[in-house]
Amino acid sequence: MSSTRTPTGAPGAVPGTDPVTGNTTVGALAPPSRRNTELAMLVFAVLIPVLAMANIGLAKDGSLPPGMLGYGAGLAAIAGIAHLVVRRFAPYADPLMLPIATLLNGLGLVLIWRLDLEPTITTARLGGAMAPNQLIWSAVGVLLFLGVLILLKDHRILQRYTYISMVVALILLISPLFFGEVNGARIWVTIPGVGSLQPGEFAKIVIAVFFAGYLMVKRDALALASRRFMGMYLPRGRDLGPILLVWALSLMILVFETDLGMSLLFFGIFVVMLYVATERTSWIVFGLLLSVSGAVAVASFNSHVGHRVDNWLNPLSLGANGGVTETAQAMYAFGSGGLLGSGLGQGYSRLIGGIATKSDYILATVGEELGLVGLMAVLLLYGLLIQRGLRTALAARDPFGKLLAVGLSGVFALQVFVVAGGVTALIPLTGMTMPFLAQGGSSVIANWALVALLLRISDTARRPAPEPAAGIDAEQTQVVRT
Amino acid sequence: MNKPMRRVAIFCGLLMLALLLRVNWVQFVQATELQTDPNNRRVAIERYAHPRGDIIVEGTAITGSEETDGTDFRYKRTYTDGEMWAPVTGFASQVFGTTQLESIYDSILTGDDDRLFFSRTIDMLTGKDKQGGSVVTTLNEAAQRAAWEGLEGKKGAVAAIDPTTGAILALVSAPSYDPSTFAGGSSADGEAWAGLQQENNEDAPMLNRALRETYPPGSTFKVLTAAAALENGLLNDVDESTDYPEPYVLPDTAGVELGNQIVGRCEDASIRIALMDSCNTVFAGLSADIGNEGMIEAAESFGFNEEVFVPVRAAASVYPEDNRPQNAMAGIGQASNRATPLQMAMVTAAIANDGKLMEPYMVDRLVAPNLNVVEQHRPSEMSRPLSPENAQALQSAMESVVEEGTGQNARIDGVRVGGKTGTAQHGEDNENLPYAWFISYAVPEDGGTPVAVAVVVEDGSAERDRISGGGLAAPIAKAVMEAVVSGG
Repeated sequence: MSSTRTPTGAPGAVPGTDPVTGNTTVGALAPPSRRNTELAMLVFAVLIPVLAMANIGLAKDGSLPPGMLGYGAGLAAIAGIAHLVVRRFAPYADPLMLPIATLLNGLGLVLIWRLDLEPTITTARLGGAMAPNQLIWSAVGVLLFLGVLILLKDHRILQRYTYISMVVALILLISPLFFGEVNGARIWVTIPGVGSLQPGEFAKIVIAVFFAGYLMVKRDALALASRRFMGMYLPRGRDLGPILLVWALSLMILVFETDLGMSLLFFGIFVVMLYVATERTSWIVFGLLLSVSGAVAVASFNSHVGHRVDNWLNPLSLGANGGVTETAQAMYAFGSGGLLGSGLGQGYSRLIGGIATKSDYILATVGEELGLVGLMAVLLLYGLLIQRGLRTALAARDPFGKLLAVGLSGVFALQVFVVAGGVTALIPLTGMTMPFLAQGGSSVIANWALVALLLRISDTARRPAPEPAAGIDAEQTQVVRT
Repeated sequence: MNKPMRRVAIFCGLLMLALLLRVNWVQFVQATELQTDPNNRRVAIERYAHPRGDIIVEGTAITGSEETDGTDFRYKRTYTDGEMWAPVTGFASQVFGTTQLESIYDSILTGDDDRLFFSRTIDMLTGKDKQGGSVVTTLNEAAQRAAWEGLEGKKGAVAAIDPTTGAILALVSAPSYDPSTFAGGSSADGEAWAGLQQENNEDAPMLNRALRETYPPGSTFKVLTAAAALENGLLNDVDESTDYPEPYVLPDTAGVELGNQIVGRCEDASIRIALMDSCNTVFAGLSADIGNEGMIEAAESFGFNEEVFVPVRAAASVYPEDNRPQNAMAGIGQASNRATPLQMAMVTAAIANDGKLMEPYMVDRLVAPNLNVVEQHRPSEMSRPLSPENAQALQSAMESVVEEGTGQNARIDGVRVGGKTGTAQHGEDNENLPYAWFISYAVPEDGGTPVAVAVVVEDGSAERDRISGGGLAAPIAKAVMEAVVSGG
């Protein structure tokens, strides 16, 4: 509705406080849209990967890589189109999310391209060069991003599809069971001619939609109509039933698919959203109990998971065949990077071996070649993206938007933690991909959609409320915080 | 809903903080440990990323580096006359690690040593490729070659020392191996390595016999017994007659008799005569009279019972505590005492150097890429096993051995040569072929480089009767001595 409104104080209005706080008094001036901030940031987000590419080319062959200009132009075009669409369809959206996603995606592409230059991990048996396909997947991801922004005028429309989301999420989670096992986990769906997809990556978004819709309706019932049991308030069975059912089903599926990372993600999002919706601390205890029992069950069911725990406890010990394990190789990569790193293109993260170097272990390349400094910068980018998502949740005016935003940001944060913590041996390794950075089509597409949803919510949140009908009451309207 | 959301935000912040702390721990606190972990292949990759510094003999490099097209390692070690020099250099293999000089001075050769910090920094600033320093050895190429050729087709070892400084002039072990054959990372390198291992090759070509193998010293040990007798005052001179019958009955035994090779000349013989005719009876008697304690003391003053580092580790030669009959037998080198060729060369060197044993060494100096000397060895005295008078007396006796005794094959015109043969029996009831020994020294009259040499030949191919110190080992010792004194 107000998307046609031109932002008033856009140029030069960059400094100053964020206008969106808890209470917004709608005055004569509309808040700045910050679209020009976004554009300026996007310039950096495109330049940094292009310079990184030049850096790699110079380090490897002493010349600028031939594809650099085309690549830079392509990335700039993608970013430009995305920016224009945001300007048109979500003018008040958060200005940092798109640049951060673009930068991470661009860096990821450059890193994959850099690893493609290592012949030992780019053999035909391992699938050859990955960067071209990843570029296509990224483009598809951005298209989905644009589609969400253009077609989804208001995130509250999703509320109508609460139960459909539940069904879709379950189908997505079940589908890999009908396909083969890859690397000890059954998380892939192979579509002939297209490639393999990881439905779990999409399920995490869909399930957030379901939880948000369901909890928005049931939150009062869950929070208030409860029975006291052992000092804790337990909700009535009929309120809790569907949510427990979904949780138990997804847990079972994950046990059979042995996707530890994704189950962690689902438990996490389940606990977080329940807690936010009901505002009851007892839910954290309850949720954690469920999660821990689930995790213990998975660990005892499956030797694959037990093996991962051993690797985590002794990351440097040699493997069963006397060789150096992937975990140890990743640790050596991080350690060898040291404070400042070896420089792009000059590390040996290829020693990790296999395609995992480009997907699960991509952070090891960041750590080795860009050093502690570069790795912390990348982690901070993720932190910033998460922070912008949570900020959106705080600022959103409707409970569904709040819940959805906190769910999406939470799931993103957990994924970053689980992956980065796994490859640095902070926690046991679970096979998941680093959002945007790692090689993998499903991940990059799903995460672009996730960012699009967050942008849509933030646009609604930051958009000035409709002008009060001019009339008898001259007083300013107070927007009530929800 | 905002209050729990703020808490969720704090929780997410804590997760990020945990990640940041973790990467700081791994990449800063643990970094050095991970960088230098032996399982971290980057260590080997870096080692072979630049041409390695060289090991130098008489101004010429006996090692080299060649560029390869392997995936990980850019340069591969090469060796000139690898088989001949292997007991000196050891090896530096991309896959199988490093040993001996290649290992001990690895940081100098790669250029990573702290003492090369300055030249490394200059290289970095001027954009030059990183260079390694070099290790300058004391070896004498002619002597080494003479020893190597002398042992051709045989099993054995030679150690030669400059008695006045302790500088090692030759160090040969045969059969040997060419470290070039497994310096790379190809499957051919792996096969070459496997073929050299003891389980696949009974000749044990990778055993450094000169430093690491101990042999029964046989009759060559008699010079040590003689030195002990003189030092202990049992005899005042090498020409003083002794009081030992032939055959000699070993102490504490029910008449176990010990005879001599040459019968009829050893009864009550003086040290000079006993050395010339290699009299078992005299030296067994002397050893018995000196006693086990005195013999251990004498042996230890020559360096027995202790590992020697030259700087490559040499195995400890042993003279153990034992009962009286065994101690008497040890006096002729036929009991539980064992010695490395290097040890016997040290014994000879101490006698030749008028009783002063110099610490053996084979690295003269370490040189930085810019030719600055990083470390210079200064000859140092290790011990004084015998007085100058006794040493000179023993020299004259050993020279008699070469002039008119069993060691005549080692005679060199115009050079003062002293020596002692040995034929050490070994195996249960002497069933294995004996080891042929020869120890000798040469002092050129014109003041050139003196040399002390020990040769052992453990030859399975020769006929039993023909194995004798004088026949097999002495000509090799002579060739080595000639190479040193003529090259001066």
